[in-house]
Amino acid sequence: MIPKGKAAAKLRIQVLAGGISHERDISLKSGRRVADALTEFGATVVIREPDAKLLVNIAKDKPDVIWPVLHGASGEDGALRDILTLTGVPFVGASPEAARLAWDKSIAKILVARAGIQTPPSITLPKETFRELDAESVLKTVTQAIALPVVVKPARGGSAQGVSIVTKIEDLNRAMVDAYVYCDVVIIEKLIEGTELALSVIDLGAGPIALPAVEVVPRTGHFSYEERYTAGETDYFIPARLDAKTSEAARKVAVTAHEVLGLRHLSRIDMIVDSSGVVWFLEANVLPGLTETSLLPMAITASGNSLGEVYYSLAEAAKRG
Amino acid sequence: MSNEQQQGNNLDSWLDAYAARAETLAVSEVRALFSVVSRPEVVSLAGGMPYVAALPQELLAKAYHDLMAKKGNLAIQYGGGQGDLVLRDQIRELMALEGIQSSVEDLVITTGSQHGLDLLSGLFLDKGDVVVAEGPSYVGALGIFRHYEAEVEHVYTDHDGMSPEALQETITKLKAEGRKIKFLYLVPNFANPSGVTLSAERRPKILEICKREHILIIEDNPYGLLYFDKPVPDALRAVEEEGVVYLGSFSKILAPGFRVGYVLAPPAIRDKMVLAQESALLCPSSFTQMMISEYLANADWKGQIDTFRGVYHERKDAALAAMHEYLPDLHTTRPDGGFYLWITLPEGVDSKAMLPLAVKELVAYTPGTAFYGDGTGQNKLRICYSYPTPDQIKLGIKRLANVINLQTELLETFKGR
Repeated sequence: MIPKGKAAAKLRIQVLAGGISHERDISLKSGRRVADALTEFGATVVIREPDAKLLVNIAKDKPDVIWPVLHGASGEDGALRDILTLTGVPFVGASPEAARLAWDKSIAKILVARAGIQTPPSITLPKETFRELDAESVLKTVTQAIALPVVVKPARGGSAQGVSIVTKIEDLNRAMVDAYVYCDVVIIEKLIEGTELALSVIDLGAGPIALPAVEVVPRTGHFSYEERYTAGETDYFIPARLDAKTSEAARKVAVTAHEVLGLRHLSRIDMIVDSSGVVWFLEANVLPGLTETSLLPMAITASGNSLGEVYYSLAEAAKRG
Repeated sequence: MSNEQQQGNNLDSWLDAYAARAETLAVSEVRALFSVVSRPEVVSLAGGMPYVAALPQELLAKAYHDLMAKKGNLAIQYGGGQGDLVLRDQIRELMALEGIQSSVEDLVITTGSQHGLDLLSGLFLDKGDVVVAEGPSYVGALGIFRHYEAEVEHVYTDHDGMSPEALQETITKLKAEGRKIKFLYLVPNFANPSGVTLSAERRPKILEICKREHILIIEDNPYGLLYFDKPVPDALRAVEEEGVVYLGSFSKILAPGFRVGYVLAPPAIRDKMVLAQESALLCPSSFTQMMISEYLANADWKGQIDTFRGVYHERKDAALAAMHEYLPDLHTTRPDGGFYLWITLPEGVDSKAMLPLAVKELVAYTPGTAFYGDGTGQNKLRICYSYPTPDQIKLGIKRLANVINLQTELLETFKGR
């Protein structure tokens, strides 16, 4: 799939990492990993903050390609990608329009469901709804329609920040507050029990390909922030322990979601397989985590490729346009 | 399917090999949120950083050149495990400012006083032992005690510091429960995080209780010389030699980058500390010790401490004025020195849960639960005014007020059930 060997003509790549978001720390870690892998492969890499000097630095660095490794708002919501588009420098990852759609989990769910993919029943509510209406009666109505247990999560954001699994009605209010501190729009979604999967999708120009599925088994049962970023807290099975039919179904969900959301170059699609083998789409990651404990690098390695080769090939794909 | 696939990959090949105490070391989401404080747009009222820009760098440059000219080879060589003798002698003069008389023989120089506390904890704490501390107490100390698998029992503390009556009650209760108290950990002056100072009236009472109950006191005093108007009461160690181990530091009165602190301990404890230090480090850094020694010998270090006092006094006033303007209904401590305000939020507002909102509003603080070993302190938070300028402090507290309002509104919306 990926061309082997060192980069022949070195691309100059500017990696953007950091930013002001709740996931800044993860972005910095991801950015350094990407920069190391690209450098090892032969690229000339500079890491920059997306700050007041962004445009000055782009003019100064004259990169062939920009690699935005920015998680959370500004990095994934399309805004920064709009600015990058205006500079005319090609960049890795989704277009601004696609990022806007996929970054909002509630919109992504609608688009993916229209393509015939199952996604758990949910309701998306802005904070103002609860301020204007009576919160207690709204939540009562919601939980009558979507019975507990539910997942309460910010509509925008990553790394499981602000996400709670609610099994008892008395914990729902707290979960709502914990989600709203991250985002003004919150999704209450039916919890589907089953096998948790992450499928990374790579597209180097010849169409999206799903990498081996990663099955996620957190030791606490909940793939929260700590379980994601502490080695030893989660067991990963690559490839996932699925039969051939389910495995193929998961692959199709990943590629279809990537396509209908208009994502580009790379993405990670999170899903769950229930006890009857139904694959449920949960969310799409516009810029998946690329740290040492992240799922996309794990899948690349399991596919027999090196991180440097794949990251460099993505940069080349971006340059080709 | 390979064996590895059947077992799963936990990304840590050595997971089964760690010591049990490594369980206490975990990634924290709150810690990760603090990453934003390095952005200039964010006003950080979180970290307890001294304002080192108030220290003229030419003083250090001169110390460096003089040191290298006179003793360059010694400065980059190994040193003794107890620390540089000349510096220990100079530290005696420093400690005399707080009423402490000592011998250079009883001083051990450490890599910051944090390292001194770690060495002491390694000497004294077994799993399940109890450390008695103020409530709230210094987060860095709690981390060490947790790492040594000790339990922390907090004692009621008010604007005059730890309550002797509450201390006695706590000791009596713990002993009745058959629990082993290893020491009392105290930050008596401008405490981190509360900013309060143990009153002169309470000091002899605390000493008397600990002597009677045979409990060692660890007196951690990084802020004592940073008073605003009047000096703090004499150190506990000034009165009691055998029952007190005293920790001092150059981090706040000079600069934390040197990582030089010191411990004044009774001879038997001192001997063990030196051996433990040699085992861990061989010796503290000769270079930074001798840099500080050169600085103390030739610079107006007392005048520099006066400069720091002036800077922090102005910033404390700015913080209190901003609290009065933007958060007049909240209770805050009113310190007479040091770096911190300790703020009580409205009932039900959890400062840790509110932190993501603060990050969005570009202000950072330290949640109250960090300063308790028992999970309490939810509706408290610490503000550090030492590093930001008065204008930044005002802006930060204005933003904090907005955050608290938003969170209060959110809690009000979801108050049912």
